[in-house]
Amino acid sequence: MSWISVFALALQTAVGFQGASYALAATGLNLQFGYTGLSNFGHVGFLMMGAYGMAIASDRGWSIWVGLALGIGAAVLLGLALGIPTLRLRADYLSVVTIATAEILRLVANARPSAPVTGASRGIGGLSESLGFFRPNFFPEGKYGIGNSFLFSSRQLWSMVVAWSCVLVVTLLVRAWVRSPWGRVLRAIREDEDAARALGKNVVVFKLQSFVIGGSIGALAGALIALDAGSVNPGRWIAPLTFALYTVVILGGAGTVWGPVVGAVTYWFLLDFVDGALNNLWFDVSDTTAGAVRLALMGVGLMLLMIYRPQGILGSKEEMLASGR
Amino acid sequence: MSHHRPLRPWRFALVLLVLVALWPAAARAQEGDDADAGCAFTKREAIEANGGPLGSAIWGRLCQVREGKPSYPEGVEITVSQGEEEVGSATTGADGVFVIEIPGNGTYEVSLDVETLPKGFSLTDADRSTLGNVRVNLGDQQAAFRLGEDTRGQRDFSDYATTFAKGLRLGLIIAVAAVGLSLVYGVTGLINFAHAELVTFGAIVAFALSDAGVPFWLAVALAVVAGGALGLANDRLLWRPLRRRNMALISQMVVSIGLSIAARNIFQIVFGPNSRRYVAAAGQRESAYGPFRLTTNDLLIMGISVAVLVALTVLLRRTRLGTAIRATADNQDLAASSGIAVDRIISIVWIICGALAALGGILYGLSVTVKYDMGFILLLSLFAAVVLGGLGNAYGAVLGAIVIGVVQEMSGLFIDTAYKFVVALLVLILVLLIRPQGILGSRERFG
Repeated sequence: MSWISVFALALQTAVGFQGASYALAATGLNLQFGYTGLSNFGHVGFLMMGAYGMAIASDRGWSIWVGLALGIGAAVLLGLALGIPTLRLRADYLSVVTIATAEILRLVANARPSAPVTGASRGIGGLSESLGFFRPNFFPEGKYGIGNSFLFSSRQLWSMVVAWSCVLVVTLLVRAWVRSPWGRVLRAIREDEDAARALGKNVVVFKLQSFVIGGSIGALAGALIALDAGSVNPGRWIAPLTFALYTVVILGGAGTVWGPVVGAVTYWFLLDFVDGALNNLWFDVSDTTAGAVRLALMGVGLMLLMIYRPQGILGSKEEMLASGR
Repeated sequence: MSHHRPLRPWRFALVLLVLVALWPAAARAQEGDDADAGCAFTKREAIEANGGPLGSAIWGRLCQVREGKPSYPEGVEITVSQGEEEVGSATTGADGVFVIEIPGNGTYEVSLDVETLPKGFSLTDADRSTLGNVRVNLGDQQAAFRLGEDTRGQRDFSDYATTFAKGLRLGLIIAVAAVGLSLVYGVTGLINFAHAELVTFGAIVAFALSDAGVPFWLAVALAVVAGGALGLANDRLLWRPLRRRNMALISQMVVSIGLSIAARNIFQIVFGPNSRRYVAAAGQRESAYGPFRLTTNDLLIMGISVAVLVALTVLLRRTRLGTAIRATADNQDLAASSGIAVDRIISIVWIICGALAALGGILYGLSVTVKYDMGFILLLSLFAAVVLGGLGNAYGAVLGAIVIGVVQEMSGLFIDTAYKFVVALLVLILVLLIRPQGILGSRERFG
C-alpha cells in the first residue's frame, strides 16, 4: 500500500461515518464532562440504549422512529436512574457507578437468558433492511470520491451525510444552550460547585439536566452506529469505547463547541494513519498485535495530551486553569 | 481526607448478618450445575483401565451414585453403530468401564441395553438409552450415560459450604488487590484506573519467571518485589510530577485511564492474547475439610491473603510508619506541619500498593488463569469493594471485598452464572443509594 493511499484511507475514516458518529457521541460527553465537569465513565451505556432501541424496534417490526424514541427514552430513564442517586455524591462516585452500570448493561444484554430481547451474545442483525434506513438514499449506486483510495459507496455516503447532519444540528443546539444563562450555570458548577450553590442555584437539577441531555445525544449516536452497521451485538459496547470518546473530547478541547468535531476527525485520522503506517512498516505482524499497538499508542497519546496540552486543540489554557483542571 | 475510624463491632455484626442471611437463601436454589459426586471420568483414567492407549475408540464408564458413593454396574452391553450397521460392542467390567473400537473419525450412535443393567441401577432419563449423535473428531471420544436419580438442582450442605468458601477465597484475593487502591486514594485522592495493570503485571512477571525455570514461590517473591518497584516508579515518574503541577484529580484520573489502556495493550503484545496457567495451578484436586471441598491451592491462597492483611493492619495500627500513613490520609497539611515527610509517605504507600496488587494478581492467576486483561476484568470488583467499604478506608476495602466475593460466588447458586458479576455491581449501586459513604466510610464523604 502506498503512503498516499494510507493517507487517503485515514482521511476517509476521519471525514466519513466513523468520524461523524464519534463526533456526535463526544458532543454528549462534552456537555457532561467538558461543560459541567461530570465524570461520566459509562457513556457507552447511553450509546448502547440508542443502539438496542433500534435493534429491538427492528426485531419487532416497528418503525425507525419508534426505535429512536425507544432508545432516547431509555437513555433519559438511565440518566435519571443514575443521576438522581449519584449526582448528590462526589465526582469519584459518579465515575465508579457509571462505569459499573455500563458494564452491567453490557453483561445483561450478553447473558443467555436475555436472548429473547437482546439476542444475547449474537445480537440482532438485519437492522438497516427492516428499518429502511437506506431507503430514502438519493445517491445513485456507484463510487464517489477522488482517486483510487478516497472513495465512498452510495450507502457510505448516505450514512455519512445523515450522521454529519445530526452532528451539525446537535452542535448548533448545544452552542445555543451553553451560551444561554443555563450554560453559564453549568460552567459555574464545573468551576466551583459551592459557589454556584451559594448563588442559590439548585446544582443537582442542573447537573441532572446536563447528564440526561448528554446521555440522550449519546443514544442518538448509538442509534446511528446501529443503523450504519446493520447489526447490534454486546461485544462492541465496552469501556474502551468510552475512553476513546474521552480522548476525542480532550483532543478537540473539552468545553468548546466544535471541540468534539475537531477531536473526532483528528482522532480517526491519526488512529487510521498509524494503523496503515504499521501495516506498511511491519507487514508480518498479526492483526491482534497491530490492534494492540494502535490502542497502546492511543493510551500514551491520551496521557501525553492530558499532561502537556490538557486544553486540546481548540481550548484555551486560561479557561483550563480557571476551572482548576 | 479520609478518617480511619476504629472498627465498630455492630458494623461487623451487620455484615456477618448479611452473609449468614445469604446462606438459607441459597438453600432455596432451584437449578444449577451438575454435582456428580465422584462419577467424573477422564481419558487418563480410561487409559489406565484399558491397560494401554485407547486408539480409535468410543469409551466411557457407567457410574451411579448410591448412598453417596459411586458404584459401577457390571455386564452392561453397549453397542456402537453407524447408519444401520453395527460397528462394535462391549460389556462393562467390574469397574464399569467400556472401550469399543471404531474404524475412525465420524458420527456414531451409541446405545445401552437397558435389559442388561443390574438391579438397583437405572438410567436418569429412560429415553436416553441411545446417544444419537456421538461425533468423533480426534480418534477417540467419551460417551456418557447418566445413571441414577436426577440430582441436578438438589444440593447438600457441602455444596453451599464450598461455594461460600470459594467466595471467601475470591473476596480475600480482591481484598489483597484492592487495599492498595484504597490506600493510594486515601493519601492522594486519586482513583487510579491503571491499578488493574499493576495486578496483571504481578501475575505476568511471576508467570515469566516460573516459565524460565525459577521455582514458583521464588518467582512469586520476585514478582511482588517487582510490583513494589513498579509502584514506586509510578509515583516518582508520573504522579509526583503531576501533583507538583497541581493537576486536578479528574485530569489525573484521565491520565490513569490512558496509562491503563497503554499498559494493557503492551501486556497483550508481550504476553500474547491467550490465557495461560501457572504450573503450580495444575493437577489440583479437591479434598474435604469438614463440609468444605477445597484444593491445597485454595487453602494456600486464603492463608497467604489473611497473613498479608493481618500484617498490613499491624503495620497501619502499631508502627510509626502506619501512624504517619494514617495522618497523611487524614490531613496532608496537618501531617506535613507535624514533621511528616508527606512525599516520602506517599512513595511508601505506592510501594505497598504495587506489591499488594502484584500479589493479588498472582493469587487470582492461581485460582483462574493468567491473561493480559485479567486485572481489567477484576477492576470493577476492586472498585466495588473499595466503594462498598468506604473510599480511602483500607479496612473497609477488605470488608467490601469479602462481601463482593461471597455475594458474587453465592449468587451463582441461584441465578444464571452469566449474571454473577451483575449482582456484585448491583450491590454496589444499592449500597450507594442507602449508605453512600460505604460500610466503614465516614459521613463527610457524602455530598
